[in-house]
Amino acid sequence: MAETPLDGTATGQSRPVGLHGVAADWASDQRAFKSVSWGKAMMWIFLLSDTFIFGCFLLAYMTARMSTTVPWPNASEVFALHIGGVEMPLILIAIMTFVLISSSGSMAMAVNFAYRRNRRATVTLLLLTAFLGATFVGMQAFEWTKLITEGVRPWGNPWGAAQFGSSFFMITGFHGTHVTFGVIFLLIVARKVWRGDYDDDGARGFFTSRRGDYEQVEIMGLYWHFVDLVWVFIFAFFYLW
Amino acid sequence: MVDATPHAEQGVPPAETPELELYHPKGWWTTYVFSQDAKVIAIQYSGTALAIGLVALVLSWLMRLQLGFPGTFDFITPEAYYQFMTMHGMIMVIYLLTALFLGGFGNYLIPLMVGARDMVFPYVNMLSYWIYLLAVLVLVASFFAPGGPTGAGWTLYPPQAILSGTPGGQGAGIILMLVSLILFIIGFTMGGLNYVVTVVQGRTRGMTLMRMPLTVWGIFTATVMALLAFPALFVACVMMLFDRLLGTSFFMPALVEMGQLMSYGGGSPILFQHLFWFFGHPEVYIVALPAFGIVSDLISTHARKNIFGYRMMVWAIIIIGALSFVVWAHHMYVSGMHPWFGFFFATTTLIIAIPTAIKVYNWVLTLWRGDIHLTLPMLFSLAFIVTFVNGGLTGLFLGNVVVDVPLSDTMFVVAHFHMVMGVAPVLVVFGAIYHWYPKITGRMLNEAMGQFHFWVTFVGAYAIFFPMHYVGLVGVPRRYPELGDVAFVADSVHSLNAFITIAALIVGFAQMVFLFNLVWSLRYGREAGGNPWRATSLEWQTPTTPPPHGNWGAARPIVYRWAYDYSVPGAPEDFIAQNDPGPQHRGAV
Ligand code: HEM
Ligand SMILES: [Cu+2]
Repeated sequence: MAETPLDGTATGQSRPVGLHGVAADWASDQRAFKSVSWGKAMMWIFLLSDTFIFGCFLLAYMTARMSTTVPWPNASEVFALHIGGVEMPLILIAIMTFVLISSSGSMAMAVNFAYRRNRRATVTLLLLTAFLGATFVGMQAFEWTKLITEGVRPWGNPWGAAQFGSSFFMITGFHGTHVTFGVIFLLIVARKVWRGDYDDDGARGFFTSRRGDYEQVEIMGLYWHFVDLVWVFIFAFFYLW
Repeated sequence: MVDATPHAEQGVPPAETPELELYHPKGWWTTYVFSQDAKVIAIQYSGTALAIGLVALVLSWLMRLQLGFPGTFDFITPEAYYQFMTMHGMIMVIYLLTALFLGGFGNYLIPLMVGARDMVFPYVNMLSYWIYLLAVLVLVASFFAPGGPTGAGWTLYPPQAILSGTPGGQGAGIILMLVSLILFIIGFTMGGLNYVVTVVQGRTRGMTLMRMPLTVWGIFTATVMALLAFPALFVACVMMLFDRLLGTSFFMPALVEMGQLMSYGGGSPILFQHLFWFFGHPEVYIVALPAFGIVSDLISTHARKNIFGYRMMVWAIIIIGALSFVVWAHHMYVSGMHPWFGFFFATTTLIIAIPTAIKVYNWVLTLWRGDIHLTLPMLFSLAFIVTFVNGGLTGLFLGNVVVDVPLSDTMFVVAHFHMVMGVAPVLVVFGAIYHWYPKITGRMLNEAMGQFHFWVTFVGAYAIFFPMHYVGLVGVPRRYPELGDVAFVADSVHSLNAFITIAALIVGFAQMVFLFNLVWSLRYGREAGGNPWRATSLEWQTPTTPPPHGNWGAARPIVYRWAYDYSVPGAPEDFIAQNDPGPQHRGAV
């Protein structure tokens, strides 16, 4: 991976490659990850911690599901929609998943255009990503409403184990909160890109008094892709199992 | 090889990162209150932690008064006892020790010791403190809530934690406790990310990982662990909050309360125990590893000798940190589990004894033939080694399933964990404060008051907790406000209980002397100068004391050696600072 010097001072010293390179980097001074900025490192570590949170939620859900003595509601029936007189299992979830995965695509493109300093394209793609994210949350709200009108509550449901509703609302709710925060931050980043805050003579952060740069779009992207990835697991364990 | 040789400086690589753009405070409020300077944040963290810790100390007196003189104090009802006990345990472990070691010492020492100007994201770091303060305030609020704070025990085990039989279970107590913990975790995460990134990515030129003082290694590893362990507690708190507020049954089995069948059903209390202890056991090491690190530095500095086996010490810290994630169920031997699991967890538990013992040997070997100065930090370090070994040995008893079963839930356990995670880390906290107070304030703490504080605390702690082992061995259960007239409780237990209580009150008084000393010396302490202990690590080499905003003045230091060059033969002084380039280059760089 190419070195990204943060200012002109990093020399183009040749560094060993492969495992030797890793060992050399960790044995070196100043930075263990030579091509990673502080912001990116912080996001990666945060995501690792967040992975543990989602991991615990999912493990708790699996425990509940495996140890319950009452039947677990059948996912493909519960999550089915009547469209034109036909029962379509998992159709809403399929669309939601498609929307969220697409938003990862537009996010990746936004990052690309940000590094090329194409502000207009970046803003457009960021807004598109935020729109897709908001659509996802909207569809989730629809799904919650549907289930609630059918009688699913955190403490019980008409079809079987009470833990079905508890885990469903808790896990999708926690994930939906992540998406919502993501949308808010996407809008903030989009605004900053639009105003040129990340350009060389851009404005400084209000609280931090630091100059931003276009890498922040990529850091935003890391979070967004993570939220997407988590959804894939929730999808697999909750809806497909 | 560690570069212990005196003149091992190679060409120091050029700077890779630009200078950190510091936030320049614009007035009194942003300088002293909403400060983004890690040193100010550290003092705020420490002050808050000590203040809430004082509450926990007072609660321990109340508990001891009840245990020592049962029936004398009308206001200590069994409910009140449980509330005191719960709040005491939770505050000591989380709001005092975790916050003090990571938020306090971590914030102050990490940037200074690795030669950084500040944490990498000072604004986030500041938020960390304010959210911690909010968590503390929510915790304090529960004392005034209707029904009082929760009395569920610091482990908060369901189902009892949210039932009406437990104080605070159906009131606001348990809710505020859970909310406070969730806030604490959010706040800690903001700080913790900073500490980790500063160590990994923000060191100064020449500061390799294997040149970092062990203090930084201990705090760093503990922070990484906390970032991976707190999520389990977070999830457990959220789920229990739902059980309590929304009527879900994650942890609640079907049960009958007061003859009424409750609406809960199908949940697993054991699931909570797993989540709790997946956090809870690493938590023990989250307060122990910083103590290990700090004590290594204190011993080396005050025995004027390099630490024995530096690399072994680093790897032991890392291995202990990793292993502590696979031992959690040793807290659940009596909760019912498959014998093979018990076997597995007993084995992993006992394996941790190996790296831990290595550390103890290395401390002792560092002292061996050292030029030991019995300064206050050294005294506290020695006391730490003794109490830690003591607590570690009883840990071997409790780690074995068959031995643990009869000892479980007796005062023996209380004695064990107070020795190993109560007294031992607290002694290091004291030692560290005596050691670094001169850097933080520019003045020495008063020696006479310090000696008094040390001897009363050390001897007193033994007087409190040593007899407790015996009390537990004869079968006195923990978490009992009163023993009553039971045949198996010998008379000696009652007199010992009274004795322990008196010792606890005396030790408590000594802490008041310590707090007084902290304030008194601020004004009347002896001037310390920049490096009163003649220590090598970077925080003692700052241009001014206390260090200024940005720590280093015009240029950050360049590091040429590890932090343990004491008594190097042939060197002009008995220590060589980490940023000393060596005789050929002195004055040149
Ligand atoms: C003067 C110092 C201290 C005294 C006299 C003291 C006394 C006590 C007493 C009497 C109990 C209740 C035992 C029972 O009835 O089961 C207790 C519990 C506990 N203490 Fe301390 N303690 C002290 C310091 C500490 C420290 C520094 C820590 C930090 C780790 C700590 C952590 C705990 C914990 C975790 C519990 C268990 C609470 C529970 O059972 O839920 N204590 N202590
Ligand atoms: Cu443990």
